[in-house]
Amino acid sequence: MAHEHIVKAFDRELKELESDIIRMGHLAADELESALIALRKRNAELAEETIIKDREVDQLQHQIEERAIQLIARRQPLANDLRAVVAALRIANELERIGDLSKNIARRVITLAQEKPPKPLKKGLKRMGKLVLAQVRGALEAYEKKDAALALQVWREDEDVDEAYSSMFRELLTYMMEDPRLIGLCTHLLFGARNLERIGDHVTNVCESVYYVVTGERIEERRPKGDATSRILPSYHPDDDEEDEEDAASGKPSATPRSAAGGGDEKPDAS
Amino acid sequence: MNNGEQTDMRTTDAAQARQEGGGACSETGGDCKFITRNVNVFYGEKQAIFDVSLDIPDRAVMALIGPSGCGKSTYLRCLNRMNDLIDICRVEGTFLLDGEDIYNGDIDPVLLRARVGMVFQKPNPFPKSIFENVAYGPRIHGLAKDRTELEEIVETSLRKAALWDEVKDRLHAPGTGLSGGQQQRLCIARAIATRPEVILMDEPASALDPIATARIEELIDELKENYCIVIVTHSMQQAARVSDRTAFFHLGKLIEEGPTEQIFTAPKEQQTQDYITGRYG
Amino acid sequence: MTEEDKQAKADESAASAQHEQARQASAGQAPASAAGASASGDGGSTSSGDAAAGAVQRVDWHSPEMLARLRRRHAANRRMKYIGLGAIVLAAALLGILVSSLVNNGTSAFRQTYIALEFDLKPELVNPENMRRGKWRRIVKEGLLRALPEEYRQNRRLARKVLKIVSRSAPYALRDHVMENPQLVGRTISFEVLAADPFDQYNKGIIPAVIGDGEKQRPNPRLGGPELVRAFEILKEQQRVSMPFNWGLFFHADSRLPETAGLAGAIVGSFLTLLVCFVISFPTGILAAIYLEEFAPKNRLTDFIEININNLAAVPSVVFGLLGLALFIGFFGVPRSTPLVGGMVLSLMTLPTIIIATRAALKAVPPSLREAALGVGASHHQMVFHHVLPVAMPGILTGAIIGMAQALGETAPLLLVGMNAFIPDISNMGLTQPATVLPTQIYSWADSPERGFVSRTAAAILVLLGFLVVMNALAIWLRQRYSTKW
Repeated sequence: MAHEHIVKAFDRELKELESDIIRMGHLAADELESALIALRKRNAELAEETIIKDREVDQLQHQIEERAIQLIARRQPLANDLRAVVAALRIANELERIGDLSKNIARRVITLAQEKPPKPLKKGLKRMGKLVLAQVRGALEAYEKKDAALALQVWREDEDVDEAYSSMFRELLTYMMEDPRLIGLCTHLLFGARNLERIGDHVTNVCESVYYVVTGERIEERRPKGDATSRILPSYHPDDDEEDEEDAASGKPSATPRSAAGGGDEKPDAS
Repeated sequence: MNNGEQTDMRTTDAAQARQEGGGACSETGGDCKFITRNVNVFYGEKQAIFDVSLDIPDRAVMALIGPSGCGKSTYLRCLNRMNDLIDICRVEGTFLLDGEDIYNGDIDPVLLRARVGMVFQKPNPFPKSIFENVAYGPRIHGLAKDRTELEEIVETSLRKAALWDEVKDRLHAPGTGLSGGQQQRLCIARAIATRPEVILMDEPASALDPIATARIEELIDELKENYCIVIVTHSMQQAARVSDRTAFFHLGKLIEEGPTEQIFTAPKEQQTQDYITGRYG
Repeated sequence: MTEEDKQAKADESAASAQHEQARQASAGQAPASAAGASASGDGGSTSSGDAAAGAVQRVDWHSPEMLARLRRRHAANRRMKYIGLGAIVLAAALLGILVSSLVNNGTSAFRQTYIALEFDLKPELVNPENMRRGKWRRIVKEGLLRALPEEYRQNRRLARKVLKIVSRSAPYALRDHVMENPQLVGRTISFEVLAADPFDQYNKGIIPAVIGDGEKQRPNPRLGGPELVRAFEILKEQQRVSMPFNWGLFFHADSRLPETAGLAGAIVGSFLTLLVCFVISFPTGILAAIYLEEFAPKNRLTDFIEININNLAAVPSVVFGLLGLALFIGFFGVPRSTPLVGGMVLSLMTLPTIIIATRAALKAVPPSLREAALGVGASHHQMVFHHVLPVAMPGILTGAIIGMAQALGETAPLLLVGMNAFIPDISNMGLTQPATVLPTQIYSWADSPERGFVSRTAAAILVLLGFLVVMNALAIWLRQRYSTKW
């Protein structure tokens, strides 16, 4: 953005759109955070507040959508402007989903308020929540700073969330098999974990959009897959973690700066 | 015209361009209609185009965009040697139309202009009847053996230009009595009538209202099935709508050329981006 | 210094105004800023920016100075309008004076006085074998005397004098009439003869019967004495004198006698001369202009030619006359006084006009038309002859006609090549026969001493002006008719 538009109102509108997204992002992150705190402390009141917060997120999504449509209709954005507007629409959508999923977690907190989960379970959930929240914050930072490398890094780190989810999944299965009385609680927790995992997926979508806004290219890498739950059955444990470890290894050396994006050896050449 | 040395240089250039031209348009899948290499154009002392090399694919629309005075029209006019009319204009470089050097005696300019038709910014029908407007080209080139054949050419040309239904009852009314959009389509029909391979359009819709513009754009879309079309336009949206490939000119230089969808979503050059997003200047 | 000070002051006041605006804006924003921390910064800065842009000083359009200024501007407007109108009125008045004096002098020449008399065509006087030798003067005299009272017949002196009432051409007119109708011989016929010029003038009231005033009054000597005036009055009383339209002005050739002099020779001469001029200058001029405009390379030589053509158009016409005299008559031996040499001289003069007009008309053809023609593959000459020339034609024709009109009115060069021949008979005029043209005819008549030529000169000028008006009207009509709409 070295230069400004000749039409200053265009710049102003783009800026407003961007600040709306950032505001919405922070709201959604806050919502997630308070849902997680409510979960940890089994605080139904905080959970109620969280649910109310989601309305604001929804409202913001509508506002952003409206702004984006107006901008397309009146300014006919092209190139990076076009990418910015389209990305704004997509990111707003993802953030709205993140807000919804956070709300869902908060609802479960209200249901679970009386129950007392076993300690190790709580720990795993807390760890996963922290990870996901960091992801959300990271994606927002990448958006705010227009940092493609950071977006790529956050995108790759989704694997950790998936892994955490897989282990949660196994753990919860084990608990349920051990003590059928815990099945109700564990199912709720499982869904909570599932929601967190979904939030992680939405974060990767946000990252993809951020990367597209900045570089004009899509992330061409294969998506790292850490979520092995689809292949887990309680009856037996297949030993299929080799592949995941490989991906994790390749995902670590993150930070491909924008200028080198075209020359990345993992990517097929763009265009 | 040229001294011997220059001619020699040109022929070697042409040979070289011929050799490397084959692969240049493979990206678009089609064949190359025009291969141009190291084009420099001067108006007297002033250089208008600097070392432009551009390949134009057949059966596709190539849009040339850029700010006023960037040389896109000048480049376009080199393709059918319209610049010959300007005394002080000097053109250097290689222009190959299907491998034939258009500036080096392979093609006579008069025949070249029949093969490379042109549509101008302002609709400029001859002050004659609609029929005569379309029939003129075929007549001077002897493309029709008799009157019926000529009438056939006129009808098919007008049909291709999507004008037949509007004018079939008044073929002998003056062409200048049509509306602006109809006049422009008449000019397109006139260009088609000489059975060209390439149609050059110099801002063909800049003097028309949006509906007439849409008609012209629809026509361009249909025509690209059979012709190579090169269009100069000031309207970014128009370039985005009608073209398959886009070339961005700035201050006489070719800054960037690529598939239209790439140029308008993710241009590689900062200058291109600044221009098409309205940050130029 | 003072200007800088003013600037500084203005800046200061603007800055303070901006501060105030900003303060107000931020105060207004305060409740809103609570809603979103990140957005309020933006909103605040943009609104203050708008305020600065909106702080334009309003103009008091109704201040006394402004109104006074407005009045002055309107007054200047009106002044300009009236001055322009005055110029038009002056020009129209001058033209009016010219035309009205011409009409005043000239109209009388469009009518001619005739006297109807009975002539006894006695065979012994007519001499039927050879009528040219007939005693026609005597027949006319007897015819006159027959109409007059006894005293004129008695007095021999008077009887001889009465012939002065009728034109000297009257006996010849009567002879020609009888020669055409030989069966009239021996009969008494009624025939209208021309009155002599002085009596024609007297009849039109141009010259009085008595000149001088008071005691010095005396009969007008031009009329040959009071007896003749009385005789004319008697003829008038007998209703013998009439004044019909003077067709002779157009159909008679030149004559020494004002009453029979006509413009036929000059009109035919002018026509032939212009024909030669047109045939030479029109194609040459157009082709030269086309070459210069469309085909010639633009270099020093063509620039030089162009400048010289423009100069040629400004050369006084008499110079062309001298050139014609020296070159065409002296060197090439073209017969002098003829429409051929006259037309050649005039074509020298019209060529530059036609070339310039043609070039202007060609230049005025929009380049888009040329591009259109070339764009479909027309060659250069096809473009010129199929498209450019037809569009330029009305302009070219207009230019050519105006050039011809100029040539029609040209006098000096034609006088130099001797085109003021006296042509009493138009039957054997030709390109290589001596001839005269309208302007030189006017010149000769204006030089003649007879009173009758004064009004005839004015009438000839009116005829010439009439031709010019017709030619210019033709030019306008052609332009309207054939100009293409764009």
